[in-house]
Amino acid sequence: MTQNDTTTAGTDARAERVTHSLVRDVELPGGAGTLALVTLDNGLDHTKPNTLGPEGMAELTATLTALRERAGRGEIAAVGVTGKPYFLAAGADLLQVSTVTSHEQALELGRSGHAAYELLHTMGVPTFAFVGGLALGGGLEIALNCDYRTVSSDAPALGLPETGLGLVPGWGGAYLVPRLIGIEKAVDVILTRPAAQKPFKAAEALDIGLVDELFPAADFLEQSILWASRVLRGDVVVQRRELDPQPVWDAVVAATRQRLDAVVAGSRPAPGRALDLMADARTATRAEAFAAEDRALADLIMSDEMRASVYAFQLVSGGKKPAGAPSADLARPVTRVGIVGAGLMAAQIALLVSQRLGVPVVMRDLDTERVEKGLGYVRSTVEKLVSRGRMAPEAAARITASVTGTTEIREFASCDVVVEAVTEVMGLKKKVFAELEDVVSEDTILATNTSALSITEMASGLRRPERVVGIHFFNPVAQMPLVEVVRAERTSDEALATAFAVTKKLRKTAVLVKDRPGFVVNRLLVLVMGKVVEAIENGTAVEVADTALAPLGFPMPTFELFDLVGPAVGLHVLTSLREDLGDRFPASPGLERLVSDGTRVVLDRPAPGMPKPVDPAIQGVFGEALDAGATGRHGTPVLDAAGVLDSVLTALTVEVGHMLDEGVVAAPQQIDLCMILGAGWGFHTGGITPYLDRTGYSTKVLDRRLLPDGVANVPENVA
Amino acid sequence: MTTRNPAPRRLRDVVFVEGVRTPFGKARPDGLYAETRADDLIVKAVRDLLRRHPELPGERVDEVAIAATTQQGDQGLTLGRTVGMLAGLPRTVPGFAIDRMCAGAMTAVTTTAAGIATGSADVVVAGGVEHMGRHPMGFDADPNPRFLSEKLVDPEALNMGVTAENLHDRFPHLTKERADAFAVSSQAKYAKALANGDVGPELVPVAVRSTEQGWGLATADELPRPGTTVEAIANLKTPFRPGGRVTAGNASPLTDGATAALLASGDTAAELGLPVAMRMVASAFAGVDPSIMGYGPVPATDKALAQAGLGIEDIGLFEINEAFAVQVLSFLDHYGIADDDERVNPYGGAIAMGHPLASSGVRLMTQLAHQFAARPEVRYGITTMCVGLGQGGTVIWENPHHADYSGHTTSTPASKES
Repeated sequence: MTQNDTTTAGTDARAERVTHSLVRDVELPGGAGTLALVTLDNGLDHTKPNTLGPEGMAELTATLTALRERAGRGEIAAVGVTGKPYFLAAGADLLQVSTVTSHEQALELGRSGHAAYELLHTMGVPTFAFVGGLALGGGLEIALNCDYRTVSSDAPALGLPETGLGLVPGWGGAYLVPRLIGIEKAVDVILTRPAAQKPFKAAEALDIGLVDELFPAADFLEQSILWASRVLRGDVVVQRRELDPQPVWDAVVAATRQRLDAVVAGSRPAPGRALDLMADARTATRAEAFAAEDRALADLIMSDEMRASVYAFQLVSGGKKPAGAPSADLARPVTRVGIVGAGLMAAQIALLVSQRLGVPVVMRDLDTERVEKGLGYVRSTVEKLVSRGRMAPEAAARITASVTGTTEIREFASCDVVVEAVTEVMGLKKKVFAELEDVVSEDTILATNTSALSITEMASGLRRPERVVGIHFFNPVAQMPLVEVVRAERTSDEALATAFAVTKKLRKTAVLVKDRPGFVVNRLLVLVMGKVVEAIENGTAVEVADTALAPLGFPMPTFELFDLVGPAVGLHVLTSLREDLGDRFPASPGLERLVSDGTRVVLDRPAPGMPKPVDPAIQGVFGEALDAGATGRHGTPVLDAAGVLDSVLTALTVEVGHMLDEGVVAAPQQIDLCMILGAGWGFHTGGITPYLDRTGYSTKVLDRRLLPDGVANVPENVA
Repeated sequence: MTTRNPAPRRLRDVVFVEGVRTPFGKARPDGLYAETRADDLIVKAVRDLLRRHPELPGERVDEVAIAATTQQGDQGLTLGRTVGMLAGLPRTVPGFAIDRMCAGAMTAVTTTAAGIATGSADVVVAGGVEHMGRHPMGFDADPNPRFLSEKLVDPEALNMGVTAENLHDRFPHLTKERADAFAVSSQAKYAKALANGDVGPELVPVAVRSTEQGWGLATADELPRPGTTVEAIANLKTPFRPGGRVTAGNASPLTDGATAALLASGDTAAELGLPVAMRMVASAFAGVDPSIMGYGPVPATDKALAQAGLGIEDIGLFEINEAFAVQVLSFLDHYGIADDDERVNPYGGAIAMGHPLASSGVRLMTQLAHQFAARPEVRYGITTMCVGLGQGGTVIWENPHHADYSGHTTSTPASKES
């Protein structure tokens, strides 16, 4: 994987940033001979990590070939590989990978990497990797193909993120890791961590056995070279574990397969392909395994899921610079923030603002009891963070002291920004803003956290409606990376710039959206829920409908999502969107009944890591399940799982078409970014528009593609 | 109001435990350390020094004193403190930066030694760094105009090479030929010391990056020119004066490098089991006319000898910094020591290995300590050097390996072994 500085994936990728292989001889202490030290360096600064493209790989192959000849002549006693400061290498150059246009070319990409790395196994002298910084994907695989590895204490990330990007660790990783650290830990490295987008820190990598030694960053390379000389002299012996017994190996693979079937459910091929490779790694020869990796890599490179993943990864990487934001210079300095309301959402926002902006925050609610409850939430949350060692006691003390509560609206007088997070009732919100305008200064920004109400209307009664902007957080506020920044009809550039400046400091990805009902995430997410429930109302069994979307690989089944957001909230937004946007958002008496009865809609997880299934008992509120194909309660045929999926995808396509026509966002890319970060829709879908394009829905329903061919898929005219 | 009396003060002996240095590099764009930060050099030296003494708990270090002549950029920000933190010493260990131009590291040693002697500290790290490639001498300096208007110094006294020419003028018998011969012998002595392994144990390997060549490891001095002959340097240019006598051949080159030493009170060394390489006998600094700054070691040495109650004849080994050959010759000439006296700079000197200004003082001490271990018959040695703007500094040391060693602990007055 790689960073890059474009926000749009294109078929016309920039030229390769060639990572060079520089070699210098180092005389080892204690007469251990000469170490040929290879430095991987693209000659650019620390904002441009080393990546591995065809030219760089060819150079590495030539370098290692020459070193093997020197080793054969007895000129060198060892080969070391290290990187430029802060990096070994961030892996294959993804932009380059996604320009591959034929299976043969894709196969060659895998082979060229293997050909280079194979030289590390056949060098004739011991090979060492000195991992002085970030090592991901093909970068870490260089180290894995060496005989020995050291890591610097400050290396920020080691990992094999490939399966999260639609690939497999195909330059030896899938074969070498389970043999090096055992099959169970290998599953963590190759499948679990990538799904969670959590690479290993240096100490963790040592702990799990990915590296043999860790040295402090201050003199990492000096100590690594010294250690290498001790290994060569036999003063240090690195113990390797035995291969796990076949039954253990098979059992772990089987259990993992079961989990993938439930969670991934065929939505994307990469995790399964990686598991296949790992399953065979115990008995395969290196040559067999590397050839299998080549095939898997080639198949996956030529898959739409991989192309969509690269597109999604680039969107998320580029998302830190929001499209369409006004100049940051227009932002008002923020030295004090007010929060109207002290409920759960309000308290979460207060805590985050205090934590990241480091300014005083005042929360206001109608009575002291509610205020105390909000402050109590802040206190107990920071206490929890301190007890888990995730926050320093001093930071906790600062936050607790700087978040205050009041029932008096005048306390907002000196706030630069006031965020309202009161109940979603238009009349109430308008009243709050009207009261605020009498209290705050001329240029105070008023922000609303509304998820579905019209901000333009909310601001309409004000003397200065241009100061109102939407800052829509997602629950839980601390974890969800997305914020929708909403421009209402009269919103000023100053208010908008301030909202972007604040969200940037909160370390959220902000997407500029127009003041249309439900903005992006809720509009699509609630539509999906509505269509699933509509099918059930018509007669589809709840279990069938609940899992009908599994082929999309969403983070959870529909009713688990309902359970997470709270059925009442889901119903409220659904109702509100129906009022604003019409019957595309279906009514559901059964859902209303579930909410009014307070019925729990899901069962407990059958096992850790498995989804929560819908509780079949809730079937009753919708009426009995009917046979698929029979005429349903709405007079239309009862849908089977495929029918539900089709109905949802059709509705999504229609809605995305409307949203683009309405100008809710500037481009499909922003919809995708919102769905990836706000709804957790997988990289393999590219958000949603790449999926609708590649499954033909956009052409069928809208008579046009949403993204140009090749941007997030394998272009039609090749392969 | 308390009536309690403070604990009585008593002076303690100060011992030199060990010194280390980075290999010295050429202060040029193609030099070893062209792409290495100055603070990284000294940090690596300090880490290696501490690693050599696992018997010393980090929190027992009471002070980190690091010298640099140009204290800005990567040599700025209170080096001693930043170096302590970067080297991984506990946050409780304080530190400060020192400047006495070329005698920076020597002053780091003498200043902290005074603190040890009076009980302010038990164990200190003292050293220096100069990356002359990144910080050319006097760069960005802003001398007070009064120096010139009141003729406080000859304008040319700020140019060290000119002050060396001035010494040749003042002592016409110290000829260019004698200077060249001394320089050639410095190169030869260094080459021999290197071959014998007398230079090497004190070196700290430093990983060096080059954008062009990748990472390498500095393990040896870059500047020495083994095999230099009198003929080879006879006709070099005289950059400081047309028809002058000072050349690149008989002066120290511009150098990058760092040094660090561990000092302790004799009692603390005994308590912690730190080895004792030298006992400090006396130290002194003295000023001279800036236009002959190279003469500084003479009055400084006189002062130190007087303090110690010793004479020059008691000194068995001399480590004198070779800023310029003529300046060393002026010292030897003053005391009637032959140009080629084998007691003087037995491992060669700065003309061969280089002179990273504020680092050199500890290099002299480190070498003297090695010589003491090899020469138990020598009881006293001195380290001395000249300093820009007309100063000299001298430290007299006693060899703990000598039969008549005075001892360094207050409890056992005449301990013979470290």
